[in-house]
Amino acid sequence: MEHITLLIGIVIVTALVFDFTNGFHDTANAMATTISTGALAPRAAVAMSAVLNLLGAFLSVEVAKTISSGIIDEGSGIKPEVIFAGLVGAIIWNLLTWLAGLPSSSSHALMGGLLGATVAAVGTGAVNGDVVVMKVLIPALAAPLVAGIASVCATRVTYRLARNADEGQTAKGYRAGQITSAALVSLAHGTNDAQKTMGVITLALVTGGALAPGANPPVWVITSAGMAIALGTYLGGWRIIRTMGKGITDIQPPQGFAAQTSAAATILASSHIGFSLSTTHVCSGAVMGSGLGRKGSVVRWGTAGRMVVGWALTLPAAGLVAAGAALLAEQGDWGVAAVAVITLAICGAIWLRSRRTPVDHTNVNEVEPATEAAMPAPSPEREPAAEPEPAGVVTTAVRAVYPPPAPAGVGAGSATSAAARPDAGEQLPGEPPAAAPSRPASAGSIS
Amino acid sequence: MNIDWAALGQVFGVSLLATVGLVGVFTLGIVTNSPRTGGAGPTTLARTGAYACYALCLAAVAYGIYLIAA
Repeated sequence: MEHITLLIGIVIVTALVFDFTNGFHDTANAMATTISTGALAPRAAVAMSAVLNLLGAFLSVEVAKTISSGIIDEGSGIKPEVIFAGLVGAIIWNLLTWLAGLPSSSSHALMGGLLGATVAAVGTGAVNGDVVVMKVLIPALAAPLVAGIASVCATRVTYRLARNADEGQTAKGYRAGQITSAALVSLAHGTNDAQKTMGVITLALVTGGALAPGANPPVWVITSAGMAIALGTYLGGWRIIRTMGKGITDIQPPQGFAAQTSAAATILASSHIGFSLSTTHVCSGAVMGSGLGRKGSVVRWGTAGRMVVGWALTLPAAGLVAAGAALLAEQGDWGVAAVAVITLAICGAIWLRSRRTPVDHTNVNEVEPATEAAMPAPSPEREPAAEPEPAGVVTTAVRAVYPPPAPAGVGAGSATSAAARPDAGEQLPGEPPAAAPSRPASAGSIS
Repeated sequence: MNIDWAALGQVFGVSLLATVGLVGVFTLGIVTNSPRTGGAGPTTLARTGAYACYALCLAAVAYGIYLIAA
């Protein structure tokens, strides 16, 4: 019992950390366009989004009955270790994509993590292949298209209707509309995503016997999940906000309004009709659509392509990390402890790396060239961290995700990465052999 | 394999209509409520129309919040 309680405690803390990264990652969905059009000051925007996320967590009592949306057979003895490993996979992938400034779906990361952990622990039998296609692949393709097409049409309509109006006069109206739509997206996000964490914690409590099966989550679970997601939102994933708000296209107030409204409408329609689409994919698609809808606007397909590659990698990458973590955590208490320590080390390393090119509320609206010059640095640092077997995948991924180093960035990039190597070298490449010597797959845990 | 095309189609249709409709109505509100370039301010009729547009959008937002909470 004592052992179970400690393990459940670890799962709960990990779930809250995942919730935090989820809020952190998804601030961009609601607020990126609002910040880049200047409708709200960066700090005010994230504060508003955080409050609405917190409110959203309390708004609905309908808790997600299945944390993995039916991808894995949760009835067949899903153990706390497996949930823990799945969460670890999702957290690490969320942090890596944040470092790269890529908006990727936190739900997919969680699904991928749980999927990978289950396959590693139980085998492929517990995975519902159909559901993976139905809940992940189709929505991932459909979401940006649906939101994008709606956004293109809305942008066209609004520019057509307002073609004779004075831009200065309408800008205020557009701002108000955009803020309202963004508020709806934040609220919906708080409700949906905080509930996923509540579902995970509740499941862990039920597994540990602390809660009757089918029980509603206790108030402290709702409160802590809401607080974690709000705190994450408030700290703001500025890197992702910059990519979404400035990287894809230059957004004017009417475009921002059209994009955000299309995102809000699509999210609400999809969750109400029961064909759930990822908020991240919807918002990214909406931003691209608004870029296509305005004459003279340029969509940077390179950035969009990197995002799509990131989306495609989310499920397998989080799954690989989680599979490695699950194999290790299955070894017993020391395995769980090792996974926890390694996760902390990786998170610390990612955070340290992020400090080298900080992006925060002061420079979030700086234009793309600054980002491009700053970006090449991470890739040389991350590649040596990958072990031989997955290196092929990882290197391809990194190459696909990062732009080729700009001439100006090369000198600075290699200089910083050389300086970065000692500490990164100790933390990253050191642990996979210790982690699971027999399974190169666990090396994926750093990719 | 059972892809729910009907639901997907519905999501697409509803999203498209709601987005274009709301954006259109709200833009109409903004445009009628703001003075034309070089012209005078909006008339009372225009102003009333604009408020009607805003009210429609507010109703949509309220319905959105209801959907989130439900």
